[in-house]
Amino acid sequence: MADTKNTFLEVKDLVVQYTSAGEVIHAVNGISLQLERGQTLALVGETGAGKTTIGKSIMRILPDRSASIKSGSIFLEGQDLLQLSEIDMRKVRGARISMVFQDPMTALNPTMKIGNQISEVIKIHNEVSKAEAKKQAISILELVGITAERYDAYPHQFSGGMKQRVIVAMALACSPELLLADEPTTALDVTIQAQILEMIYALRDKSKMAMILITHDLGIVAQAADTLAVIYAGEILEYGTKEAIFKDPSHPYTMGLFKAIPNLTSDSRRLANIEGLPPDPTVLPAGCCFHPRCPYAQEECRSIKPELEVISPGHDCRCTRSSEIKQEVANVF
Amino acid sequence: MSSNLIEVKNLKKYFQTPRGNVHAVDDVSMVLKQGETMGVVGESGCGKSTLGRTLIRLLDSTDGSILFDGEDITHISGKKNLRQLREKAQIIFQDPYSSLNPRMTVEQTLKEPLILTKRYTKVEINERVEDLMQLIGIDNRVRMSYPHELDGGRRQRVGIGRALALGPKFIVCDEPVSALDVSIQAQILNLLMDLQDKQGLTYMFITHDMSVVRHISTNISVMYLGQLVETSPTKALFEEPLHPYTQALLSAIPTTDLGGQPKRIMLEGELTSPIDPKPGCRFRRRCPYATQACKEPQQLRELMPGHFVSCCRAGELEHRHGKHHGSHKHHSTA
Repeated sequence: MADTKNTFLEVKDLVVQYTSAGEVIHAVNGISLQLERGQTLALVGETGAGKTTIGKSIMRILPDRSASIKSGSIFLEGQDLLQLSEIDMRKVRGARISMVFQDPMTALNPTMKIGNQISEVIKIHNEVSKAEAKKQAISILELVGITAERYDAYPHQFSGGMKQRVIVAMALACSPELLLADEPTTALDVTIQAQILEMIYALRDKSKMAMILITHDLGIVAQAADTLAVIYAGEILEYGTKEAIFKDPSHPYTMGLFKAIPNLTSDSRRLANIEGLPPDPTVLPAGCCFHPRCPYAQEECRSIKPELEVISPGHDCRCTRSSEIKQEVANVF
Repeated sequence: MSSNLIEVKNLKKYFQTPRGNVHAVDDVSMVLKQGETMGVVGESGCGKSTLGRTLIRLLDSTDGSILFDGEDITHISGKKNLRQLREKAQIIFQDPYSSLNPRMTVEQTLKEPLILTKRYTKVEINERVEDLMQLIGIDNRVRMSYPHELDGGRRQRVGIGRALALGPKFIVCDEPVSALDVSIQAQILNLLMDLQDKQGLTYMFITHDMSVVRHISTNISVMYLGQLVETSPTKALFEEPLHPYTQALLSAIPTTDLGGQPKRIMLEGELTSPIDPKPGCRFRRRCPYATQACKEPQQLRELMPGHFVSCCRAGELEHRHGKHHGSHKHHSTA
């Protein structure tokens, strides 16, 4: 999609597998992504599509015992993160790239004061004194709307929304260049979600931070993202600018996703649903990975694997029948 | 107009804690009509699940009354009476994994309520289970499967099947699709609506997802810290939210509309504690329009037909709301 030489983050042909009870789970199957500074890329897809695995691969925090990156590379400003030693990677993790996890209830250490959890990050990466780290931690807490007197509070004394603010504060403590936000607000109520997202957007815009936003909420994508990748069974089915995909969803799966969301403006009673279930990641279907659920699948879809092809500038789609299907859909209405 | 199936009057449910009484449900009154769906929305901890559970007597109320099909069920007791109620009023839970017995197969789970009534023969039970499985869209091949062998959508179907086993009139759906992916969520919502059409079921649909609730509900009640702040036919609520909290809640929904998100109403301030709260509006500490009058206890007032709000300033705020939602396409002038 972009000139790869000066790309800020580039993931190339990433393949990640897990082994569990002797079975190989094909979690990520050849994903390529690009992201520029100050831009937000949304990864959209259902549970088990491989979104979080992509995030964890970039952070290099996949569990050693069960997961392995089979091939591919992840370039951060031209440097392949997968080639770094663990010691060098530690300098990147938390400082240049940081991650916000989905569940605020389990991402904090319950036995540590929240202020210390943040100043610890600052102390490790910036080699500053304890007092200086505390000062910086207080200012970052204030940035996320938590007053200095709560520095000594423990996680259990906070509500879910407040804990998520602490986690965001921790992720932002060293002004990372790239933030991986994995469902940052899924566990929260909508009014609190709005507060947290506004805060993340403000910080992103202020520091030109790049962001990968993992979510299944297309409403959040519409607000926040510049580009988006629709992930299914560890593959990108559609990739492009937000405008291109929202105005012209071209893969049958993307079309299905858009139709399955109860719409705040439509009055139809039945929701269009995608029949069936996502494939078993231990035995992926031959041909197009979506064909068992695709209402438009034909013989070729069952045997030949489609490539991710450019269908218009800034819009890629992995479906050989995309234009025919759009024609079919248009004729129905 | 259909008849009233459930009438709740001044229902209260307090939980005792060492620090005082948690007012989980505080003076809630509402009417659920036969064959309709009452959506109940609000933040986590606002008492919506407690309300649902108190309504079908899974919890005992502290005060107030519940009329079910004309019968006062507020204080019925004894195994026999409660079992009779359970045949008419059922519940579907959010997490079908923890609400199904992991040691029971699909078939056993569906049979259990039928066996407990002691009214059916083995043959009848088997027939009923087959009907149920067809009704909820579960293949016969998973009949002997255990919950851990099923995916979330199928598990939720089994939870629905269990609730339907004895042919209830009323089902409390407590966040039944929150744990599911969108494509599966749509399947389950369609199933619930089909069942309602076929069997004339009445639902109380508890959720925090505003687009889901709009889709499925006839009426919506908005709760805030144990109190009912607004209740209205669905369309009117979305077109003309009257309570400042409802306005903030609706404005916070991320829309997939690229053209423009209506202006967000950001809430500031800390939540009021639900433990022995002071009289007056519980939202006032976060409310941008709060005045002295908001410290007085608030009453539900019917500002438009069927549209009740518990906010002393609601009438005068309509115009301000118009300003906030000026770009909102649902907006219509009152």
